[in-house]
Parts: sequence; C-alpha cells; structure tokens
Amino acid sequence: MTATSAAHPSGSTGEVAPQRLALVDLLDRVLATGVVVSGEVILSIADVDLVHVSLQALISSVRVDGDRPWPAVAGPTQSAHQPEER
Amino acid sequence: MAEELGVWAYAITTFRSEPKDVAGVTGVDHEPVRTVEMAGLVAVVGTVHLDEFGEEPLRRKLDDLDSLEAIARAHHEVVAFAARRAPAVPMRLATVYRDDARVAAVLAERHDDLLLALKQIAGRTEWGVKAYAANAANATAAAGQAEADASSTRPGTAYLLRRRTQLSAGENARHEAAESARDVHETLSGLAVAARLHAPQDPQLTGEAGWMVLNGAYLVEDAAAERFAAKVRALRDRHTALRLELTGPWPAYSFSAIFSAIEDKEPSA
Repeated sequence: MTATSAAHPSGSTGEVAPQRLALVDLLDRVLATGVVVSGEVILSIADVDLVHVSLQALISSVRVDGDRPWPAVAGPTQSAHQPEER
Repeated sequence: MAEELGVWAYAITTFRSEPKDVAGVTGVDHEPVRTVEMAGLVAVVGTVHLDEFGEEPLRRKLDDLDSLEAIARAHHEVVAFAARRAPAVPMRLATVYRDDARVAAVLAERHDDLLLALKQIAGRTEWGVKAYAANAANATAAAGQAEADASSTRPGTAYLLRRRTQLSAGENARHEAAESARDVHETLSGLAVAARLHAPQDPQLTGEAGWMVLNGAYLVEDAAAERFAAKVRALRDRHTALRLELTGPWPAYSFSAIFSAIEDKEPSA
C-alpha cells in the first residue's frame, strides 16, 4: 500500500490533487467517526475520546500566542458539530 | 515470557477474500492483514503486539503527533483497501480485541446492525468539502491593523469612525462567508444521500490563513459523483469569496454509525 493509494478508485473527477491525504482531514475521520463496537475492546471507547482531548491539548501547546484573530467556532457550523452517534 | 498479542480491527465488509487478496497489505504494526469471517460478515484485522499496541503504550503513541500520524495513515490504508473492494464499514481507530474469537463474536452479536450499516453505504462514497473565507481573515487583519495604527497616532473621532468601518467590514465579510457556506452546504446536501458537519479545523493544523466556515462530509451515490464534483465547481464560481476544497473519495467514515439509520438528510445546522 502506498500513501496515495486511497485516492481515485474511479479516477474520474480530476478534482482531487493526487497528494497525500491531509493529516487533519484524516484525523477528522479516524478519530471521531467509524463504528464503535465495544465489548471486548482493550482500549475503551472513553479512552479513545480522551485521545481527541489529548490531541487538542497538543494542538494548543504548539499555538504560538494562543489568540485567534477570529472566533474559534462560528458561522453555519457553530451549532452543527453533531454529537457522537448513539 | 510469551508475547502478548491483540487483534486490531480495521473494517467490516462482506467481501470474502482469499489469503492472496490481502497478501502484501500491512497494518499499523506492519503486520500482514487478514480476515475473520462469521455469519456472512468479514472483519479485516491484523495481529498486533500489545507491548506496542496495548492500552498504555497505545495511549502514549496517540499522544505523539508523529506516531499518531503513522497509525492513522496505516489504519486508513487498510480501510481504504477494503473499501475499494466492497462496501466497508470503518472501525474507529484503536479498536483492539483480545483474539479472533472475540472478533467473530462481535460479528455474530451485531450482525443485523452491521449489515444495515453496510447496506446504507453500498454504492455510495463519502466526499469532503471544506470552505475557507480568505476575505474574512483579511478584513479582520485589516481591522486589527487599523486599530494598531490609530491607537499609536491620533486617537479621536476619526479613529473611532474608521475603526467602526473596519470592524463592520470584517463582520460583513464574515457574515457573507457564513451565508455562502450555508448555501454550499445546503446545495451539496441536496445531491447527497446524507450529510454531516465536522468541526472546523484548527488553522494551526491546516496551515490555512483563511477562516474555515465549512467542514462537511457528504455521502453520494456513485452514479452521482460526477454531478457532485461539477456542483462543487459551480459553487466555486458562484461564491468567489470562499475557497472550496473537495477531498475524497473517502471510505464512508462519517456515515458508519451502526445504531442510527441514515435519515438526517438535514443536519442540525
């Protein structure tokens, strides 16, 4: 498997640059989505959610000044970050 | 001391594969990927070392951006591999079972839910659309600059007026960007079977100067993929204040909840 193999099963649209997937787009998906089937999971779901929290802490730690020139969350997405399913 | 092993789950599909089909595919622990079958469902899994991928070591790895990236990409490669062959429900990152028997038990216990989830994504693909409002950022920066200039020189009515103008220009730009993003989302949702909004991404991670006003995921019938891409191009022309970015095709990460049927065509925006 190569880094770019995820792109273009159809190769049809020509819209998507054939570059590596942006990590940030990937993390949106692998950390916050996907099926959670608990039961015999070694790392519990709650722990996985903590991963996201830890990541946020990491992000904050690399921010230089801690200030944003615009609101952190605004616009049409303000109330639309949907809660986890179930 | 015997090595402790666990079973990392990548995706669930119905594709029955021969060992040769997954030959050469490796996972998060560089392990060869294999399958566990039960009741017509196929889990795509790999055996991982628990001294590396057990709870504690894994938690440490996921807290480190470099190893998190390596794990996320390796996980995704296997999910994408499965999704190219048949509808595949991605598993949440870091789902590790004790052995194949537990995986098989989950396939049996959740058979109906998983089958429904697979049915919902069959013949459909997830696409991502992000929108940035470059002008809003510029306007905000301009307002900040105006404030800095004015406060260092001559305070007074002229400054206040100018500042108000600048701030209001920034607000207008933001308002306009938000309205445009709403139109983009509603238009694209109309072409999609389901839509979901992710949280706006942190500019520190995107490296984008612009303010992210939309981070949407759309589940689109494969037959409508061209139309969806064409619509994104049309929206790009319609909303010149936004910078639109199309990502994908993605495995149906954002539409694989197994306990909620896809009915939320209108997200709670």
